[in-house]
Amino acid sequence: MHNKTITELAQGLRAKEFSSVELTQHFSNRVKQHADLNAFITVTEDFALHAAQLADVRIANGKAELLTGIPMAHKDIFCTQDVKTTCGSKMLDNFIAPYNATVVGKLNAAGVVNLGKLNMDEFAMGSSNETSFYGAVKNPWNKNAVSGGSSGGSAAAVAAKLAVCATGSDTGGSIRQPAAFCGITGIKPTYGRVSRYGMIAYASSLDQGGSMARSAEDCAILLQTMAGFDAKDSTSVDVSVPDYCADLNKPLAGLKIGLPKEFFTADLNADMAATLETSINEYRKLGAEIKEVSMPNLKYAIPAYYVIASAECSSNLSRFDGVRFGYRCENPADLNDLYTRSRGEAFGKEVKRRILMGTYALSAGYYDAYYLKAQQVRRLISEDFKNALNEVDVIFSPVTPTPAFNIGEKIANPIEMYLADIYTIAINLAGLPAMSIPAGFINGLPVGLQVIGNYFDEARLLNVAHAYQNVTDFHKQSPSL
Amino acid sequence: MNTQWEVVIGLEIHAQLATKTKIFSGAATAYGAEPNTQACVISLGMPGVLPVLNEDAVRKAVIFGMAIEAEIAPYSVFARKNYFYPDLPKGYQISQFELPIVGKGRLYIEIDGKPPIPIGITRAHLEEDAGKSLHENFHGSTGIDLNRAGTPLLEIVSEPDMRSAKEAVAYVRKIHELVHNLRICDGNMQEGSFRCDANVSIRPQGQAEFGTRAEIKNINSFNFIEKAINYEVERQIELIENGGKVVQETRLYDSDKDETRSMRSKEEANDYRYFPDPDLLPVFISDELKADIKRNMPELPDSKRKRYGEDYCLSLDQVEYFLSEPSFAEFFEDTHEEFKQRFDIEKAKKNFIRDDEKNLIANHIQNEVTQISAKLVANWVMGELLRRLNKEGLSVEQSKISPERLAGLGLEIAYGSISDKIGKQVFELLWNGSESADEIIETQGLRQITDTGAIEAIIDTILAANEKQAEQYRGGNEKMFGFFVGQVMKAMQGKGNPAEINKILKAKLA
Repeated sequence: MHNKTITELAQGLRAKEFSSVELTQHFSNRVKQHADLNAFITVTEDFALHAAQLADVRIANGKAELLTGIPMAHKDIFCTQDVKTTCGSKMLDNFIAPYNATVVGKLNAAGVVNLGKLNMDEFAMGSSNETSFYGAVKNPWNKNAVSGGSSGGSAAAVAAKLAVCATGSDTGGSIRQPAAFCGITGIKPTYGRVSRYGMIAYASSLDQGGSMARSAEDCAILLQTMAGFDAKDSTSVDVSVPDYCADLNKPLAGLKIGLPKEFFTADLNADMAATLETSINEYRKLGAEIKEVSMPNLKYAIPAYYVIASAECSSNLSRFDGVRFGYRCENPADLNDLYTRSRGEAFGKEVKRRILMGTYALSAGYYDAYYLKAQQVRRLISEDFKNALNEVDVIFSPVTPTPAFNIGEKIANPIEMYLADIYTIAINLAGLPAMSIPAGFINGLPVGLQVIGNYFDEARLLNVAHAYQNVTDFHKQSPSL
Repeated sequence: MNTQWEVVIGLEIHAQLATKTKIFSGAATAYGAEPNTQACVISLGMPGVLPVLNEDAVRKAVIFGMAIEAEIAPYSVFARKNYFYPDLPKGYQISQFELPIVGKGRLYIEIDGKPPIPIGITRAHLEEDAGKSLHENFHGSTGIDLNRAGTPLLEIVSEPDMRSAKEAVAYVRKIHELVHNLRICDGNMQEGSFRCDANVSIRPQGQAEFGTRAEIKNINSFNFIEKAINYEVERQIELIENGGKVVQETRLYDSDKDETRSMRSKEEANDYRYFPDPDLLPVFISDELKADIKRNMPELPDSKRKRYGEDYCLSLDQVEYFLSEPSFAEFFEDTHEEFKQRFDIEKAKKNFIRDDEKNLIANHIQNEVTQISAKLVANWVMGELLRRLNKEGLSVEQSKISPERLAGLGLEIAYGSISDKIGKQVFELLWNGSESADEIIETQGLRQITDTGAIEAIIDTILAANEKQAEQYRGGNEKMFGFFVGQVMKAMQGKGNPAEINKILKAKLA
């Protein structure tokens, strides 16, 4: 059952080949069986089975949607009412969310079964899932390798078929990079496409929820329910949501694909370059035209990103002060002690590093040189993309410089870790949608192809990815667990 | 020392905007609820929550801006002011920094009938209020009440244009009257709906540059503003004259001791690390919105004062009362409007109480009619109604008599159907029932008798029974006239038309 797509499972449920309760039990068992991957922080089997029973009734009554009764899981950044929501941090190890994130509420309304909460880098700050208070997630393809981050639990759970699909969030590559490392498909939609309400903020102007699954089609189905305007999120955009499945099979003839020359340089890992070349050739065969584009400001993306994201996070994480919820230190001597020790004891190293960087960047006398400058760079990068997307329909690039590295390999060197996001970060700065699709293997580890599109052009990205998945089978390969 | 010191004062006023819900959430803003019962997940700053701007707060800020003839920013931005405090749930306050919604404006203050002094207003911006820390009854701990957290505030920053504590108080009173009459703030200083911080410095008379200022916080009454500033001015003069220097700092006013105390110096001041709030979009004020607000703009207090005084000829006390109680003024206006709508001039011509007034009406001198009706209505609103509301501890919004029904009573009096005295009886019945004034008058048989024949007959009987008193009157004891009026009224159970009674009595006693 765990090899089936959402559409196949929905058919099976309707045909009574299996019930949602059986399906849920099956996946729950797999979650337990493969607990060594450390993909889940919280398993909610009882909730899941209850939801599955309700789903079975709904299916029997003929009122089911495509996602009704489908076992999935949420990145632990989404608030789930009455269920522990940790954001991968000791700070929230005791936090039971009192409300549902909009995305969670929408998926619940569609009748999904939530198997539990997925591991992630602490407050989504990390590229390897090693900053999680709950420990690193293992890559199902090689348990010595990282799953990627910050949605590492989501990627590993989907790749290992512990859940049919999963939610993720992406601030600088946090959906696309782990998707690439684990050989699954992930989409980070346009900023404002999916509500951020109830998705614990890391960097508000960059954070965006999205879907992760084994195929573009499944990503489309999940995103369909997640997307849409939300009055509770002022930055969500009131643009109607098209039917993401309607255009999946549109022919690609005449599609214009841009390759940024700044990404395809001699610095690009030779194996990665070869893999991407193969993918690009597939697209040529599908009738696409390939064109070089130039985005001269891409080289500033990493520093601009780390200034903006750190600045926002330094403020966003101020609410974790030990006063109203979350971790509180033992026997605080006074208010200052309460703040200092609660935050000092409960935040991990990477989170502290970014809070400090952000606090510095916003300080009096430094604001103009850092935050303001970074915002200017951000506008230039957006302009670069705008110009390129005037010439082409989509832009291709690597997702990562290399396949998944080993656990422990980069954690001591933050700069090297930050550079792992070099291909994904600029897209968040511009607020554009982008996907990661399985494009091959290097030394037995999957690598991805990144497809970047214009604002609200998610349907086209999904179409471009689906067409590729019709002629390739990288997405159908399974790790031997 | 004979240096003449000039005092320089600038004020920051925080006016809570009278919106039903908070500035960034749907939680209620009512004062006095049980702690934390008006704190939703957004007020609590729970992980993952997001702010959504309350449009009514924006509207009220624009109303204020228009009232002080300020530029309304077509584009303004919310910024985060970052600092840690237990009653600040998110660790930052959402405020406005570089681009406030209201730009430069001005208003005029008047002191002791001297020419008006213009006071510049630098800006006014929207922000959210913090919660409250409660230090009592928590056994050494501090309680946090977040009911107030997220209540919309308009921070109004003046130029350093005031030169005395007296001017400062006049300015604060003026702003208070303005926001209260614009109905954008309830103005309740005890409940903290209207708060004020003063920046005070001194400089030798004639010196161009400002002295070092101290900011005085926590002044929560008009009286304290004057006292706190005067204390601070004395302190600074004494300090400088003794060879000391004023340091830039925040001082707290202690009203019990009537002194200001240092709270924190500039060095200890926070670096607030302001930056645009990425959770909120910039606020765009369209020309259409501005036009709409302008069309529905409440009357400014200066204009209201003039209208009540000059057009309505209300007494000074009445005018000031209505200015200080805008909801009362509204009730008055509603009642008066209803009165004017239903006023039948022909009926009044026949029955209006005084001859001189009758003439005015007959001459269709509309302004005079307005004056008479406004005074009549004002007297009832500020007389019986206010007394009754105070007695029952009700606000005017809770009045058991609507403006429509009170206007009905006023009309009956204007038409001479009943006297003022009977009017009070009718008022009672209006308060306790649901009938209209004319229904009450009809069913209770209270209508004034204006039939001259009937009045004449009663007067004849009374005169016959009191010949001695009649003689006294004719002999020059004018007081006796009142005696006869009283007797006739008594005989008529108060229902006789006093004008008619007077007229007939005078003729018969001549």
